[in-house]
Amino acid sequence: MKGAYPYRFLLLVIILFISFVINISLGSVEIPFSVTLKELFTGVGATDSSSYIIWEYRLPKAFTAILVGSGLSLSGLLMQTLFRNPLAGPFVLGISSGASLGAAFLIMGSGIFTAGVLLVTDISLAVASSMGSVLVLLAVIAMARKVKDTMALLIIGLMFGSITAAVVTVLSYFAKAEELQQYIYWSFGTVGNLSGSQVVLLTAICLFGLLLSILSIKSLNALLLGENYAKSLGVRIRQARFLIILATGLLAGAVTAFAGPIAFIGLAVPHLTRQLFNTTDHKILVPGVILYGAILLLICDTIAQLPGSSYVLPINAITSIVGAPVVIWLLVRKRKMIF
Amino acid sequence: MNTTLEIQNLSIGYPGNHGEKKVVVSDLNFSLRKGEFTAIIGVNGIGKSTLLRTLGGVQSKLAGTVLVNGEPLESLSGLALATEMSIVLTDPLASKNLTVKELISLGRQPYTNWLGILKNEDTLIIEDAIKKIGLESVQDRKCFELSDGQLQKVLIARALAQDTPIVLLDEPTTHLDLYHKVQVLKTMKHIAHDLQKTVVYTTHEIDLAIQLCDKMLILDHPESHFGTPSELIENESFQGLFPSDLIGFDTKTGSFKIKN
Repeated sequence: MKGAYPYRFLLLVIILFISFVINISLGSVEIPFSVTLKELFTGVGATDSSSYIIWEYRLPKAFTAILVGSGLSLSGLLMQTLFRNPLAGPFVLGISSGASLGAAFLIMGSGIFTAGVLLVTDISLAVASSMGSVLVLLAVIAMARKVKDTMALLIIGLMFGSITAAVVTVLSYFAKAEELQQYIYWSFGTVGNLSGSQVVLLTAICLFGLLLSILSIKSLNALLLGENYAKSLGVRIRQARFLIILATGLLAGAVTAFAGPIAFIGLAVPHLTRQLFNTTDHKILVPGVILYGAILLLICDTIAQLPGSSYVLPINAITSIVGAPVVIWLLVRKRKMIF
Repeated sequence: MNTTLEIQNLSIGYPGNHGEKKVVVSDLNFSLRKGEFTAIIGVNGIGKSTLLRTLGGVQSKLAGTVLVNGEPLESLSGLALATEMSIVLTDPLASKNLTVKELISLGRQPYTNWLGILKNEDTLIIEDAIKKIGLESVQDRKCFELSDGQLQKVLIARALAQDTPIVLLDEPTTHLDLYHKVQVLKTMKHIAHDLQKTVVYTTHEIDLAIQLCDKMLILDHPESHFGTPSELIENESFQGLFPSDLIGFDTKTGSFKIKN
Protein backbone atom coordinates (compact mmCIF):
# COMPACT_ATOMS: atom_id res chain seq x y z
CA MET A 1 0.00 0.00 0.00
CA LYS A 2 2.62 2.52 1.14
CA GLY A 3 4.80 1.86 -1.88
CA ALA A 4 2.02 3.05 -4.20
CA TYR A 5 1.94 6.59 -2.82
CA PRO A 6 5.00 7.97 -4.68
CA TYR A 7 3.59 6.70 -8.02
CA ARG A 8 0.25 8.34 -7.39
CA PHE A 9 1.92 11.61 -6.48
CA LEU A 10 4.06 11.39 -9.61
CA LEU A 11 0.91 10.77 -11.65
CA LEU A 12 -0.79 13.82 -10.12
CA VAL A 13 2.26 16.01 -10.81
CA ILE A 14 2.32 14.88 -14.45
CA ILE A 15 -1.42 15.51 -14.85
CA LEU A 16 -0.98 18.92 -13.19
CA PHE A 17 1.73 19.82 -15.68
CA ILE A 18 -0.37 18.70 -18.64
CA SER A 19 -3.44 20.59 -17.37
CA PHE A 20 -1.27 23.66 -16.86
CA VAL A 21 0.03 23.61 -20.43
CA ILE A 22 -3.43 22.89 -21.88
CA ASN A 23 -4.93 25.69 -19.81
CA ILE A 24 -2.36 28.15 -21.18
CA SER A 25 -2.66 26.94 -24.78
CA LEU A 26 -6.42 26.97 -25.08
CA GLY A 27 -8.67 30.00 -25.07
CA SER A 28 -10.22 32.46 -27.46
CA VAL A 29 -6.87 32.44 -29.28
CA GLU A 30 -5.48 28.94 -29.61
CA ILE A 31 -1.71 28.56 -29.27
CA PRO A 32 -0.25 25.15 -30.24
CA PHE A 33 1.06 23.10 -27.29
CA SER A 34 4.57 22.88 -28.74
CA VAL A 35 4.75 26.67 -29.09
CA THR A 36 3.44 27.13 -25.53
CA LEU A 37 5.96 24.66 -24.12
CA LYS A 38 8.85 26.24 -26.02
CA GLU A 39 7.79 29.74 -24.98
CA LEU A 40 7.42 28.72 -21.33
CA PHE A 41 10.80 27.00 -21.10
CA THR A 42 12.97 29.07 -23.40
CA GLY A 43 11.14 32.39 -23.61
CA VAL A 44 11.16 32.33 -27.41
CA GLY A 45 9.21 30.57 -30.12
CA ALA A 46 5.85 32.29 -30.07
CA THR A 47 4.79 35.26 -32.12
CA ASP A 48 4.80 38.62 -30.38
CA SER A 49 1.07 38.59 -29.79
CA SER A 50 1.03 34.97 -28.56
CA SER A 51 3.99 35.67 -26.33
CA TYR A 52 2.16 38.65 -24.86
CA ILE A 53 -0.99 36.57 -24.28
CA ILE A 54 0.99 33.82 -22.57
CA TRP A 55 3.12 35.95 -20.28
CA GLU A 56 0.75 38.81 -19.50
CA TYR A 57 -2.57 37.05 -19.38
CA ARG A 58 -2.63 33.25 -19.39
CA LEU A 59 0.32 32.42 -17.15
CA PRO A 60 -0.89 34.60 -14.24
CA LYS A 61 -4.39 33.18 -14.78
CA ALA A 62 -3.20 29.56 -14.73
CA PHE A 63 -1.07 30.30 -11.70
CA THR A 64 -4.07 31.88 -9.95
CA ALA A 65 -6.17 28.83 -10.84
CA ILE A 66 -3.58 26.62 -9.12
CA LEU A 67 -3.62 28.81 -6.00
CA VAL A 68 -7.42 28.99 -5.91
CA GLY A 69 -7.92 25.25 -6.46
CA SER A 70 -5.25 24.25 -3.93
CA GLY A 71 -6.32 26.83 -1.34
CA LEU A 72 -10.01 25.92 -1.44
CA SER A 73 -9.31 22.17 -1.37
CA LEU A 74 -6.91 22.47 1.55
CA SER A 75 -9.34 24.58 3.56
CA GLY A 76 -12.09 22.05 2.76
CA LEU A 77 -9.93 19.18 4.02
CA LEU A 78 -9.12 21.02 7.25
CA MET A 79 -12.78 21.82 7.87
CA GLN A 80 -14.03 18.30 7.20
CA THR A 81 -11.63 16.88 9.77
CA LEU A 82 -12.10 19.68 12.32
CA PHE A 83 -15.89 19.55 12.16
CA ARG A 84 -16.05 15.76 11.79
CA ASN A 85 -18.40 16.44 8.92
CA PRO A 86 -18.02 15.12 5.37
CA LEU A 87 -20.19 17.96 4.07
CA ALA A 88 -18.07 20.75 5.52
CA GLY A 89 -16.38 23.16 3.15
CA PRO A 90 -15.23 26.78 3.10
CA PHE A 91 -18.85 27.88 2.75
CA VAL A 92 -20.06 26.16 5.88
CA LEU A 93 -18.17 28.31 8.39
CA GLY A 94 -19.67 31.41 6.77
CA ILE A 95 -16.24 32.56 5.59
CA SER A 96 -17.22 32.73 1.93
CA SER A 97 -20.47 34.43 2.94
CA GLY A 98 -18.48 36.99 4.89
CA ALA A 99 -16.43 37.72 1.80
CA SER A 100 -19.63 38.05 -0.25
CA LEU A 101 -21.04 40.46 2.31
CA GLY A 102 -17.92 42.62 2.13
CA ALA A 103 -18.13 42.69 -1.65
CA ALA A 104 -21.88 43.39 -1.57
CA PHE A 105 -21.46 46.33 0.82
CA LEU A 106 -18.78 47.84 -1.36
CA ILE A 107 -20.58 47.40 -4.65
CA MET A 108 -24.20 47.92 -3.68
CA GLY A 109 -24.00 49.68 -0.33
CA SER A 110 -21.91 52.61 -1.53
CA GLY A 111 -24.86 54.12 -3.36
CA ILE A 112 -27.14 53.84 -0.34
CA PHE A 113 -24.86 54.91 2.49
CA THR A 114 -22.29 57.28 1.05
CA ALA A 115 -23.86 58.51 -2.12
CA GLY A 116 -21.30 56.84 -4.32
CA VAL A 117 -18.16 58.19 -2.67
CA LEU A 118 -16.53 54.76 -2.44
CA LEU A 119 -14.65 53.78 -5.53
CA VAL A 120 -15.22 50.23 -6.65
CA THR A 121 -11.92 48.96 -8.01
CA ASP A 122 -10.28 45.53 -8.11
CA ILE A 123 -8.20 46.39 -5.07
CA SER A 124 -11.00 47.88 -2.99
CA LEU A 125 -13.19 44.90 -3.85
CA ALA A 126 -10.50 42.51 -2.66
CA VAL A 127 -9.98 44.54 0.51
CA ALA A 128 -13.71 44.69 1.24
CA SER A 129 -14.29 40.99 0.76
CA SER A 130 -11.15 40.11 2.73
CA MET A 131 -12.44 42.28 5.54
CA GLY A 132 -15.81 40.56 5.38
CA SER A 133 -14.30 37.10 5.60
CA VAL A 134 -11.85 38.10 8.33
CA LEU A 135 -14.70 39.62 10.38
CA VAL A 136 -16.74 36.43 10.13
CA LEU A 137 -13.59 34.44 10.88
CA LEU A 138 -12.94 36.48 14.04
CA ALA A 139 -16.56 36.06 15.10
CA VAL A 140 -16.26 32.31 14.56
CA ILE A 141 -13.00 32.18 16.54
CA ALA A 142 -14.66 34.17 19.36
CA MET A 143 -17.53 31.67 19.35
CA ALA A 144 -15.07 28.76 19.25
CA ARG A 145 -13.60 29.99 22.53
CA LYS A 146 -17.01 29.79 24.18
CA VAL A 147 -18.60 26.84 22.42
CA LYS A 148 -16.77 23.58 23.01
CA ASP A 149 -18.95 21.48 20.76
CA THR A 150 -17.79 21.62 17.14
CA MET A 151 -21.20 20.64 15.78
CA ALA A 152 -22.69 23.72 17.46
CA LEU A 153 -19.92 25.78 15.89
CA LEU A 154 -20.81 24.35 12.50
CA ILE A 155 -24.43 25.42 12.94
CA ILE A 156 -23.29 28.88 14.04
CA GLY A 157 -21.29 29.07 10.81
CA LEU A 158 -24.41 28.16 8.82
CA MET A 159 -26.36 30.87 10.66
CA PHE A 160 -23.68 33.42 9.76
CA GLY A 161 -24.16 32.35 6.17
CA SER A 162 -27.94 32.87 6.42
CA ILE A 163 -27.55 36.32 7.97
CA THR A 164 -25.06 37.50 5.36
CA ALA A 165 -27.21 36.09 2.56
CA ALA A 166 -30.22 37.98 3.93
CA VAL A 167 -28.24 41.24 4.16
CA VAL A 168 -27.02 40.76 0.59
CA THR A 169 -30.63 40.23 -0.53
CA VAL A 170 -31.72 43.47 1.18
CA LEU A 171 -28.80 45.33 -0.38
CA SER A 172 -29.56 44.00 -3.82
CA TYR A 173 -33.23 45.00 -3.45
CA PHE A 174 -32.21 48.65 -3.04
CA ALA A 175 -29.24 48.57 -5.41
CA LYS A 176 -29.11 50.18 -8.82
CA ALA A 177 -29.24 47.86 -11.79
CA GLU A 178 -25.59 48.33 -12.76
CA GLU A 179 -24.42 47.80 -9.15
CA LEU A 180 -26.40 44.60 -8.94
CA GLN A 181 -24.86 43.50 -12.21
CA GLN A 182 -21.38 44.25 -10.93
CA TYR A 183 -21.98 42.26 -7.74
CA ILE A 184 -23.39 39.31 -9.68
CA TYR A 185 -20.37 39.44 -11.98
CA TRP A 186 -18.07 39.16 -8.93
CA SER A 187 -20.15 36.29 -7.56
CA PHE A 188 -19.65 34.35 -10.84
CA GLY A 189 -16.04 33.91 -9.83
CA THR A 190 -12.99 34.36 -12.01
CA VAL A 191 -9.30 33.55 -11.89
CA GLY A 192 -8.34 35.90 -14.72
CA ASN A 193 -8.71 39.41 -13.31
CA LEU A 194 -5.89 39.51 -10.81
CA SER A 195 -3.10 42.08 -11.05
CA GLY A 196 0.51 41.07 -10.48
CA SER A 197 0.54 42.43 -6.94
CA GLN A 198 -2.71 40.61 -6.14
CA VAL A 199 -1.20 37.32 -7.34
CA VAL A 200 1.85 37.93 -5.13
CA LEU A 201 -0.36 38.69 -2.12
CA LEU A 202 -2.56 35.64 -2.75
CA THR A 203 0.55 33.45 -3.08
CA ALA A 204 1.93 34.72 0.21
CA ILE A 205 -1.34 34.12 2.08
CA CYS A 206 -1.73 30.63 0.57
CA LEU A 207 1.83 29.70 1.54
CA PHE A 208 1.20 30.87 5.11
CA GLY A 209 -2.03 28.85 5.21
CA LEU A 210 -0.11 25.83 3.90
CA LEU A 211 2.55 26.26 6.61
CA LEU A 212 -0.13 26.32 9.33
CA SER A 213 -1.74 23.21 7.78
CA ILE A 214 1.55 21.32 7.75
CA LEU A 215 2.09 22.22 11.41
CA SER A 216 -1.42 20.88 12.14
CA ILE A 217 -0.97 17.49 10.42
CA LYS A 218 -0.38 15.56 13.63
CA SER A 219 -3.34 17.12 15.44
CA LEU A 220 -5.54 16.55 12.40
CA ASN A 221 -4.71 12.84 12.45
CA ALA A 222 -5.51 12.64 16.18
CA LEU A 223 -8.79 14.50 15.61
CA LEU A 224 -9.94 11.60 13.40
CA LEU A 225 -10.61 9.78 16.68
CA GLY A 226 -12.63 12.65 18.16
CA GLU A 227 -11.68 15.53 20.43
CA ASN A 228 -11.56 13.60 23.71
CA TYR A 229 -9.26 10.97 22.27
CA ALA A 230 -7.10 13.65 20.67
CA LYS A 231 -6.84 15.38 24.04
CA SER A 232 -5.86 12.09 25.70
CA LEU A 233 -3.08 11.74 23.12
CA GLY A 234 -1.61 15.05 24.25
CA VAL A 235 -3.07 17.33 21.57
CA ARG A 236 -3.73 20.85 22.85
CA ILE A 237 -7.24 21.06 21.48
CA ARG A 238 -7.85 24.81 21.72
CA GLN A 239 -4.51 25.67 20.16
CA ALA A 240 -4.96 23.06 17.45
CA ARG A 241 -8.48 24.30 16.64
CA PHE A 242 -7.26 27.89 16.53
CA LEU A 243 -4.46 27.06 14.08
CA ILE A 244 -6.75 25.00 11.86
CA ILE A 245 -9.49 27.65 11.82
CA LEU A 246 -6.92 30.37 11.11
CA ALA A 247 -5.47 28.38 8.21
CA THR A 248 -8.94 27.66 6.84
CA GLY A 249 -10.02 31.28 7.14
CA LEU A 250 -6.90 32.67 5.49
CA LEU A 251 -7.04 30.21 2.60
CA ALA A 252 -10.77 30.41 1.90
CA GLY A 253 -11.02 34.13 2.70
CA ALA A 254 -8.15 35.24 0.48
CA VAL A 255 -9.21 33.02 -2.40
CA THR A 256 -12.82 34.21 -2.25
CA ALA A 257 -11.76 37.82 -1.95
CA PHE A 258 -9.66 37.69 -5.11
CA ALA A 259 -11.49 35.11 -7.21
CA GLY A 260 -15.10 35.28 -6.02
CA PRO A 261 -17.08 32.56 -4.32
CA ILE A 262 -16.13 29.36 -6.16
CA ALA A 263 -18.35 26.45 -5.14
CA PHE A 264 -17.81 22.71 -4.65
CA ILE A 265 -14.01 22.54 -5.03
CA GLY A 266 -13.49 22.73 -1.25
CA LEU A 267 -16.13 20.09 -0.65
CA ALA A 268 -15.42 17.61 -3.45
CA VAL A 269 -11.62 17.52 -3.75
CA PRO A 270 -10.88 16.10 -0.26
CA HIS A 271 -13.28 13.22 -1.01
CA LEU A 272 -11.75 12.54 -4.41
CA THR A 273 -8.28 12.58 -2.86
CA ARG A 274 -9.26 10.13 -0.11
CA GLN A 275 -10.61 7.86 -2.86
CA LEU A 276 -7.40 8.09 -4.88
CA PHE A 277 -4.99 7.41 -2.02
CA ASN A 278 -7.36 5.26 0.05
CA THR A 279 -6.11 6.79 3.28
CA THR A 280 -7.11 9.28 5.97
CA ASP A 281 -3.53 10.16 6.88
CA HIS A 282 -3.11 13.92 6.56
CA LYS A 283 0.59 13.48 5.76
CA ILE A 284 -0.63 12.11 2.42
CA LEU A 285 -3.89 14.07 2.11
CA VAL A 286 -2.44 17.58 2.53
CA PRO A 287 -0.12 17.36 -0.51
CA GLY A 288 -2.75 15.24 -2.25
CA VAL A 289 -5.57 17.80 -2.11
CA ILE A 290 -3.19 20.58 -3.16
CA LEU A 291 -2.31 18.75 -6.40
CA TYR A 292 -5.82 17.45 -7.03
CA GLY A 293 -7.46 20.82 -6.37
CA ALA A 294 -5.04 22.62 -8.68
CA ILE A 295 -5.70 20.11 -11.47
CA LEU A 296 -9.48 20.29 -11.09
CA LEU A 297 -9.61 24.08 -11.12
CA LEU A 298 -7.26 24.28 -14.13
CA ILE A 299 -9.59 21.92 -16.00
CA CYS A 300 -12.69 23.86 -14.93
CA ASP A 301 -11.07 27.12 -16.01
CA THR A 302 -10.10 25.61 -19.37
CA ILE A 303 -13.72 24.58 -19.93
CA ALA A 304 -14.97 28.00 -18.78
CA GLN A 305 -12.85 29.69 -21.46
CA LEU A 306 -14.88 27.82 -24.12
CA PRO A 307 -11.79 27.19 -26.28
CA GLY A 308 -12.11 28.58 -29.77
CA SER A 309 -14.87 31.05 -28.87
CA SER A 310 -14.63 34.56 -27.51
CA TYR A 311 -17.03 33.81 -24.67
CA VAL A 312 -15.99 33.11 -21.09
CA LEU A 313 -18.42 31.30 -18.81
CA PRO A 314 -18.59 32.02 -15.07
CA ILE A 315 -16.19 29.52 -13.46
CA ASN A 316 -18.56 29.08 -10.52
CA ALA A 317 -21.08 27.49 -12.88
CA ILE A 318 -18.47 25.07 -14.22
CA THR A 319 -17.22 24.02 -10.77
CA SER A 320 -20.82 23.36 -9.73
CA ILE A 321 -21.60 21.40 -12.89
CA VAL A 322 -18.46 19.30 -12.38
CA GLY A 323 -18.51 19.24 -8.56
CA ALA A 324 -22.14 18.48 -7.74
CA PRO A 325 -22.30 15.22 -9.77
CA VAL A 326 -19.02 14.14 -8.14
CA VAL A 327 -20.59 14.53 -4.69
CA ILE A 328 -23.74 12.69 -5.83
CA TRP A 329 -21.61 9.92 -7.37
CA LEU A 330 -19.69 9.54 -4.13
CA LEU A 331 -22.93 9.33 -2.15
CA VAL A 332 -24.46 6.74 -4.44
CA ARG A 333 -21.36 4.61 -4.87
CA LYS A 334 -20.08 4.69 -1.33
CA ARG A 335 -23.60 4.75 0.21
CA LYS A 336 -22.39 7.22 2.76
CA MET A 337 -19.83 9.96 2.58
CA ILE A 338 -17.10 9.21 5.04
CA PHE A 339 -14.03 11.17 5.84
CA MET B 1 4.54 2.94 47.62
CA ASN B 2 3.72 1.81 44.14
CA THR B 3 0.58 3.92 44.28
CA THR B 4 -0.11 5.28 40.82
CA LEU B 5 -3.52 6.90 41.28
CA GLU B 6 -4.59 8.47 44.54
CA ILE B 7 -8.04 9.94 44.96
CA GLN B 8 -8.74 12.19 47.95
CA ASN B 9 -12.13 13.73 48.85
CA LEU B 10 -13.01 13.78 45.17
CA SER B 11 -16.35 15.24 44.06
CA ILE B 12 -17.37 14.67 40.47
CA GLY B 13 -20.23 15.96 38.35
CA TYR B 14 -20.99 18.82 35.99
CA PRO B 15 -20.75 22.57 36.32
CA GLY B 16 -24.38 23.64 35.98
CA ASN B 17 -25.82 27.00 34.98
CA HIS B 18 -25.55 30.07 37.24
CA GLY B 19 -22.67 28.57 39.21
CA GLU B 20 -24.76 25.73 40.64
CA LYS B 21 -22.78 22.53 40.41
CA LYS B 22 -24.50 19.26 39.70
CA VAL B 23 -22.67 16.86 41.99
CA VAL B 24 -22.91 13.19 40.98
CA VAL B 25 -20.65 11.59 43.59
CA SER B 26 -18.85 13.32 46.45
CA ASP B 27 -16.11 12.52 48.97
CA LEU B 28 -14.49 9.64 47.14
CA ASN B 29 -11.29 8.26 48.67
CA PHE B 30 -9.28 5.38 47.27
CA SER B 31 -5.89 4.61 45.80
CA LEU B 32 -4.74 2.26 43.07
CA ARG B 33 -1.41 0.51 42.83
CA LYS B 34 0.83 -0.79 40.09
CA GLY B 35 -0.16 -4.20 38.80
CA GLU B 36 -3.75 -3.95 40.01
CA PHE B 37 -6.82 -4.71 37.95
CA THR B 38 -9.77 -2.69 39.25
CA ALA B 39 -13.46 -2.52 38.32
CA ILE B 40 -15.79 0.39 39.01
CA ILE B 41 -19.39 -0.79 39.40
CA GLY B 42 -22.69 0.77 40.38
CA VAL B 43 -26.24 1.24 39.13
CA ASN B 44 -27.13 3.15 35.96
CA GLY B 45 -26.48 6.89 36.24
CA ILE B 46 -24.50 6.64 39.48
CA GLY B 47 -21.46 8.25 37.83
CA LYS B 48 -19.13 5.42 36.76
CA SER B 49 -18.31 7.02 33.43
CA THR B 50 -18.15 10.48 34.98
CA LEU B 51 -15.57 9.18 37.47
CA LEU B 52 -13.51 7.48 34.77
CA ARG B 53 -13.59 10.56 32.54
CA THR B 54 -12.60 12.73 35.51
CA LEU B 55 -9.67 10.45 36.34
CA GLY B 56 -8.62 10.56 32.68
CA GLY B 57 -8.70 14.36 32.56
CA VAL B 58 -11.46 14.35 29.94
CA GLN B 59 -13.70 16.38 32.24
CA SER B 60 -12.93 18.55 35.25
CA LYS B 61 -13.48 17.51 38.82
CA LEU B 62 -15.66 19.63 41.13
CA ALA B 63 -13.56 19.32 44.29
CA GLY B 64 -10.87 17.18 45.89
CA THR B 65 -7.58 15.82 44.59
CA VAL B 66 -6.48 13.31 41.96
CA LEU B 67 -2.79 12.46 42.23
CA VAL B 68 -1.10 10.73 39.30
CA ASN B 69 2.18 9.25 40.58
CA GLY B 70 2.04 11.86 43.33
CA GLU B 71 1.47 14.82 41.00
CA PRO B 72 -1.88 16.63 40.89
CA LEU B 73 -3.70 15.69 37.67
CA GLU B 74 -4.31 19.32 36.66
CA SER B 75 -0.60 20.20 37.02
CA LEU B 76 0.37 17.73 34.29
CA SER B 77 0.57 18.99 30.71
CA GLY B 78 -1.57 17.25 28.12
CA LEU B 79 1.48 15.51 26.69
CA ALA B 80 2.79 14.42 30.11
CA LEU B 81 -0.62 12.98 30.94
CA ALA B 82 -0.71 11.20 27.58
CA THR B 83 2.43 9.28 28.54
CA GLU B 84 0.96 8.44 31.99
CA MET B 85 -2.50 7.20 31.07
CA SER B 86 -4.43 5.98 28.07
CA ILE B 87 -8.21 5.80 27.85
CA VAL B 88 -10.91 3.90 26.02
CA LEU B 89 -14.10 5.94 25.90
CA THR B 90 -17.64 5.20 24.82
CA ASP B 91 -17.52 8.26 22.52
CA PRO B 92 -18.24 7.42 18.88
CA LEU B 93 -15.20 7.63 16.61
CA ALA B 94 -15.10 10.80 14.52
CA SER B 95 -13.94 8.86 11.46
CA LYS B 96 -14.32 5.15 10.81
CA ASN B 97 -12.47 5.45 7.53
CA LEU B 98 -9.16 4.53 9.15
CA THR B 99 -7.75 1.04 8.89
CA VAL B 100 -7.38 -0.91 12.14
CA LYS B 101 -3.61 -0.52 11.99
CA GLU B 102 -3.81 3.22 11.28
CA LEU B 103 -6.10 3.69 14.28
CA ILE B 104 -3.89 1.68 16.62
CA SER B 105 -0.83 3.57 15.32
CA LEU B 106 -2.37 6.83 16.55
CA GLY B 107 -1.71 5.52 20.05
CA ARG B 108 1.98 6.30 19.46
CA GLN B 109 1.31 10.03 18.97
CA PRO B 110 2.66 11.16 22.36
CA TYR B 111 6.06 9.69 21.40
CA THR B 112 6.36 10.62 17.72
CA ASN B 113 7.89 13.79 16.26
CA TRP B 114 5.96 16.90 15.15
CA LEU B 115 4.81 15.20 11.96
CA GLY B 116 3.88 11.91 13.63
CA ILE B 117 6.44 9.71 11.82
CA LEU B 118 6.62 6.19 13.31
CA LYS B 119 10.02 4.78 14.23
CA ASN B 120 10.91 1.07 14.18
CA GLU B 121 10.33 0.86 17.92
CA ASP B 122 6.84 2.32 17.49
CA THR B 123 6.02 -0.22 14.79
CA LEU B 124 7.08 -3.07 17.07
CA ILE B 125 4.87 -1.80 19.91
CA ILE B 126 1.93 -1.44 17.50
CA GLU B 127 2.39 -4.99 16.19
CA ASP B 128 2.64 -6.25 19.76
CA ALA B 129 -0.64 -4.52 20.73
CA ILE B 130 -2.35 -6.03 17.68
CA LYS B 131 -1.10 -9.49 18.65
CA LYS B 132 -2.05 -9.16 22.33
CA ILE B 133 -5.67 -8.33 21.50
CA GLY B 134 -5.79 -10.81 18.62
CA LEU B 135 -6.49 -8.46 15.73
CA GLU B 136 -3.94 -9.79 13.20
CA SER B 137 -6.60 -10.98 10.77
CA VAL B 138 -8.39 -7.62 10.58
CA GLN B 139 -5.48 -5.22 10.84
CA ASP B 140 -5.78 -3.93 7.26
CA ARG B 141 -9.58 -3.65 7.30
CA LYS B 142 -11.32 -0.28 7.55
CA CYS B 143 -13.01 0.41 10.87
CA PHE B 144 -16.45 0.84 9.28
CA GLU B 145 -16.27 -2.79 8.14
CA LEU B 146 -15.90 -4.10 11.71
CA SER B 147 -18.57 -5.23 14.16
CA ASP B 148 -19.05 -3.19 17.34
CA GLY B 149 -17.23 -5.86 19.31
CA GLN B 150 -14.21 -5.88 16.99
CA LEU B 151 -14.10 -2.09 17.06
CA GLN B 152 -14.04 -2.15 20.83
CA LYS B 153 -11.04 -4.47 20.74
CA VAL B 154 -9.33 -2.09 18.31
CA LEU B 155 -9.80 0.79 20.76
CA ILE B 156 -8.33 -1.32 23.55
CA ALA B 157 -5.36 -2.17 21.35
CA ARG B 158 -4.89 1.54 20.64
CA ALA B 159 -4.76 2.22 24.38
CA LEU B 160 -2.16 -0.55 24.77
CA ALA B 161 -0.07 0.91 21.95
CA GLN B 162 0.02 4.15 23.94
CA ASP B 163 2.03 2.06 26.45
CA THR B 164 1.15 3.99 29.63
CA PRO B 165 1.45 2.91 33.28
CA ILE B 166 -2.27 3.61 33.76
CA VAL B 167 -5.05 2.35 31.45
CA LEU B 168 -8.64 3.54 31.92
CA LEU B 169 -11.47 1.80 30.08
CA ASP B 170 -15.10 2.92 30.03
CA GLU B 171 -17.36 -0.12 29.60
CA PRO B 172 -14.86 -1.93 27.36
CA THR B 173 -16.87 -5.14 27.15
CA THR B 174 -20.33 -3.75 26.36
CA HIS B 175 -20.62 -5.03 22.79
CA LEU B 176 -18.89 -8.37 23.32
CA ASP B 177 -20.41 -11.81 23.89
CA LEU B 178 -19.65 -13.62 27.13
CA TYR B 179 -16.69 -15.55 25.71
CA HIS B 180 -15.05 -12.43 24.30
CA LYS B 181 -15.87 -10.41 27.42
CA VAL B 182 -13.86 -12.91 29.46
CA GLN B 183 -11.13 -13.03 26.81
CA VAL B 184 -10.68 -9.25 26.83
CA LEU B 185 -10.88 -8.95 30.63
CA LYS B 186 -8.34 -11.75 31.11
CA THR B 187 -6.03 -10.03 28.66
CA MET B 188 -6.37 -6.78 30.59
CA LYS B 189 -5.73 -8.61 33.84
CA HIS B 190 -2.58 -10.19 32.42
CA ILE B 191 -1.44 -6.80 31.19
CA ALA B 192 -1.95 -5.36 34.68
CA HIS B 193 -0.11 -8.22 36.38
CA ASP B 194 2.66 -9.01 33.89
CA LEU B 195 3.50 -5.46 32.82
CA GLN B 196 2.77 -3.94 36.25
CA LYS B 197 0.19 -1.49 34.93
CA THR B 198 -2.77 0.00 36.75
CA VAL B 199 -5.85 -1.02 34.78
CA VAL B 200 -9.25 0.41 35.71
CA TYR B 201 -12.55 -0.25 33.94
CA THR B 202 -16.22 0.47 34.47
CA THR B 203 -18.72 -2.33 34.01
CA HIS B 204 -22.20 -3.70 34.67
CA GLU B 205 -20.95 -7.30 34.77
CA ILE B 206 -20.51 -7.55 38.53
CA ASP B 207 -20.19 -11.35 38.54
CA LEU B 208 -17.26 -11.28 36.14
CA ALA B 209 -15.62 -8.44 38.04
CA ILE B 210 -15.85 -10.35 41.31
CA GLN B 211 -14.15 -13.34 39.69
CA LEU B 212 -11.43 -11.43 37.84
CA CYS B 213 -10.55 -8.20 39.63
CA ASP B 214 -8.00 -7.45 42.31
CA LYS B 215 -9.96 -4.46 43.60
CA MET B 216 -13.46 -3.12 43.12
CA LEU B 217 -15.04 0.27 43.69
CA ILE B 218 -18.78 0.20 44.35
CA LEU B 219 -20.22 3.63 43.66
CA ASP B 220 -23.28 4.10 45.85
CA HIS B 221 -25.23 6.63 47.90
CA PRO B 222 -24.65 7.73 50.57
CA GLU B 223 -21.35 5.87 50.72
CA SER B 224 -19.09 4.18 48.19
CA HIS B 225 -17.11 1.03 48.99
CA PHE B 226 -13.61 0.08 47.92
CA GLY B 227 -11.66 -3.12 48.52
CA THR B 228 -10.88 -6.59 47.24
CA PRO B 229 -13.92 -8.57 46.04
CA SER B 230 -13.74 -10.90 49.07
CA GLU B 231 -13.56 -7.99 51.51
CA LEU B 232 -16.56 -6.41 49.85
CA ILE B 233 -18.50 -9.70 50.01
CA GLU B 234 -17.62 -10.11 53.71
CA ASN B 235 -18.69 -6.56 54.49
CA GLU B 236 -21.97 -7.19 52.63
CA SER B 237 -21.27 -4.21 50.42
CA PHE B 238 -23.10 -5.73 47.45
CA GLN B 239 -26.35 -6.27 49.37
CA GLY B 240 -27.52 -2.68 49.22
CA LEU B 241 -26.56 -2.12 45.60
CA PHE B 242 -29.94 -2.83 44.05
CA PRO B 243 -33.53 -2.61 45.43
CA SER B 244 -34.19 -5.97 47.09
CA ASP B 245 -37.54 -6.74 45.45
CA LEU B 246 -36.14 -8.53 42.37
CA ILE B 247 -32.60 -9.67 43.00
CA GLY B 248 -30.50 -10.53 46.00
CA PHE B 249 -26.76 -11.13 46.51
CA ASP B 250 -25.78 -14.69 47.44
CA THR B 251 -22.69 -14.46 49.67
CA LYS B 252 -21.84 -18.16 49.27
CA THR B 253 -21.51 -18.07 45.48
CA GLY B 254 -20.56 -14.42 45.19
CA SER B 255 -23.23 -13.69 42.62
CA PHE B 256 -26.66 -12.14 42.22
CA LYS B 257 -29.72 -14.42 42.17
CA ILE B 258 -33.21 -13.65 40.96
CA LYS B 259 -35.80 -13.82 43.72
CA ASN B 260 -38.93 -15.86 43.20
